[in-house]
Amino acid sequence: MSNVLAIAHKELKGYFASPIAYVVIGLYAIMFGYFFYALLLYFDRQSMQMAGLGASQPVNVNEQLIRPVFLNTTVIFLFILPMVTMRTYSEEKRSGTIELLLTAPLTDFQIIAGKFLGAMGLYAAMLAVTIPHVAALFWLGNPEWIPIVVTYLGLLLMGGCFISVGLFISSLTKNQIVAVMATFTVFLMLWVINWIASFMGPRTQDVLNYLSITDHLDDFTRGVIDTKHLVYYISFISFGLYLTMRSVDTERWRG
Amino acid sequence: MIEVQNLTKRYGPVTAVDDVSFKAERGEILGFLGPNGAGKTTTMRVLTGYMPATEGKALVAGFDVLEQPIEAKRRTGYLPETPPLYPDMTVSDYLAFCARIKGVPRSERSSRLRSVMERTQIADMANRHCAKLSKGYRQRVGLAQALLHNPDVLILDEPTAGLDPKQIIETRRLIKGLGGDHTVILSTHILPEVSQTCNRIVIINKGRVVAVDTPDNLTARLRGSETMYVQVDAMGADAETTLSSVPGVTRVAVSDRRETVAGYEVNSESGRDVRRELAATVVSRGWGLLELRPMRMSLEEIFLQVTTEESVTTEDAAAGDAAAEASRE
Repeated sequence: MSNVLAIAHKELKGYFASPIAYVVIGLYAIMFGYFFYALLLYFDRQSMQMAGLGASQPVNVNEQLIRPVFLNTTVIFLFILPMVTMRTYSEEKRSGTIELLLTAPLTDFQIIAGKFLGAMGLYAAMLAVTIPHVAALFWLGNPEWIPIVVTYLGLLLMGGCFISVGLFISSLTKNQIVAVMATFTVFLMLWVINWIASFMGPRTQDVLNYLSITDHLDDFTRGVIDTKHLVYYISFISFGLYLTMRSVDTERWRG
Repeated sequence: MIEVQNLTKRYGPVTAVDDVSFKAERGEILGFLGPNGAGKTTTMRVLTGYMPATEGKALVAGFDVLEQPIEAKRRTGYLPETPPLYPDMTVSDYLAFCARIKGVPRSERSSRLRSVMERTQIADMANRHCAKLSKGYRQRVGLAQALLHNPDVLILDEPTAGLDPKQIIETRRLIKGLGGDHTVILSTHILPEVSQTCNRIVIINKGRVVAVDTPDNLTARLRGSETMYVQVDAMGADAETTLSSVPGVTRVAVSDRRETVAGYEVNSESGRDVRRELAATVVSRGWGLLELRPMRMSLEEIFLQVTTEESVTTEDAAAGDAAAEASRE
C-alpha cells in the first residue's frame, strides 16, 4: 500500500509540477461555472413562472437545478479526462523512466493502482471546484444534502471508469497525441453507444443501454445508490485496470 | 552473486541474445564488452527484471529474476543507458521518491540520500530540476538512484557515456570503490575503461559470449607471438632488412619514421626472446639503439580479434538488438 501511495503521490505531484493540472482544473472551472450560471437562469425563470401560476408545490432545488447541472457537465469530462490520462504511461515510455518503475521492487498492480489513484486525485480536485457553487445554494436555499453526496459518489465512480480506460490506452502507445485522441474516441463511443438502442432488438437494446457509462449516473443524481450501478462501475474500473496490467505485461515480453 | 544460465532472448524472429552464460562473484567488477547492438543492453534488462528471457535463467543474489522478481529487484541497482529521471522533479525529490519505491525504511531515507549524493557529488544540485541538469549530472543522479538502497548487485549500462574526461575518471574511481561490497556489472564499448576498472571481462558479440577472462589473461592468451618495438637511428641506412636477418625474427614492419630515426615492430617466434640479438646487431652496425621494449597486445586488438574471428552467420542477431534499441528511442 505504501508503494501504491508513493506512485500516486508522484503522479499527483507530476500533474501539479506541469501545466496540466492548472489547465485541466481551470478549463473545468470555466465550463462548470458557465453551465451552472445558464441552468441557474433557467431555474430562476421557472420558479418565477411557478410562483406566478400559484403552484402549490415549491420548486425543488435538487431535482431542478443541481441534478441537471451535474448531468450536463459530465460532458466536460469527456474532453478533459483524456488529457489527464494521456501521459500516465506514454510519457514514462517515451522518456525511459518506465525502466525505473519496472526494475524497482514493485508489482505491476502497485504501479497501475498508484497511477489510477493519482489521476483520481486530480479528478477529485476538479470536482472540488464545484463545491463553492453547491455551497452557495445551501446559503440561498435549502437543498437536501444526501442526494448531493450520492451525486459526488456517482461522479467519482464514473470518472474512475474513464480514467481506467484512459490508463489502458496510454499503456499502448508512447505517443501522447495518439493516446489522447484514442481515449477521446473511446469515451465518446461509450457515451453515445445507446443512441442506436431503440432501433435494435430487445436483447441488443438492453446490452447497449447497459454499456453506456453516463446512463448509470442518472440514479446517483437522484440520490439513489443502486447496487446494479455500483456493480457496473466497479467492474468497469476493474476491467480497465486489468487490461492495463495485461498490456504492461505483454509489452514486457515483446521487449 | 549473479548467475546467468543459457540465456536467450528473441524479439519475434530475431535473436538478440543467444545462449549466454556467465557468473559474477561477490565483490567482483565484471566488464561487459561488445560492439553496439551486441546484446549488452538486452542481457542487462533481463538481469534487472525489466523484461523476461525467452529461454534460460538469471539469478541475482540467489533469486530467480522471473520467479521471485521482487526479492531480486530489492537487491539490484540499475542505471539504464538513459538515466530514468523525471524532468519536473528536483534532484532531492526524485531521489526521495526512488528511496520510497525501493523500500528504504523511512528512518534511513534522509541519511541514505545524503550519503549517495555525497558519493556521486551531486549535493550542490539537490534543488535543481532534473530537466535543467547537464548530461554529466544526469548520469550521476542516475547512478545515485541505483545506489540508494545499497544493493548487493549493481548493473550499470554505459555509466560513463556522455561524461567529460574529468567526470569519467571520477566515475571510474567511484565504480572501483563500489567493488568489494557490491557486485558490479558494467557495460561499455570503451576498452580502456574495462582494463582500468574491471576484474573480469565478458566479451559479447552478435548475442554470443566470445570470451570471458581477466584483462591480463585475455591479453596473454591472445598474444600468439612476441612483438618488440625497436627504435633505431640508422643514419640513413636501411635497418629493416638487417633486423629481419636476426635469427628468430619472423616479421619486421615500420611503425614510424622521422628523418634518420625509425621505429619498427619486430615479431619473433613465440617463446623466443630476441632482445639480446636485436641489441647486438644494432650496436655492431654502429647505429644508435634508442628504444627496445616488448609490445603488449592492447585490448583494442584483442577485441577486434575475438569479435571478428568468430564470424558466425548471425547477422540478424545484431540487427535484432539494434531494432530493439531503436524502438526504445
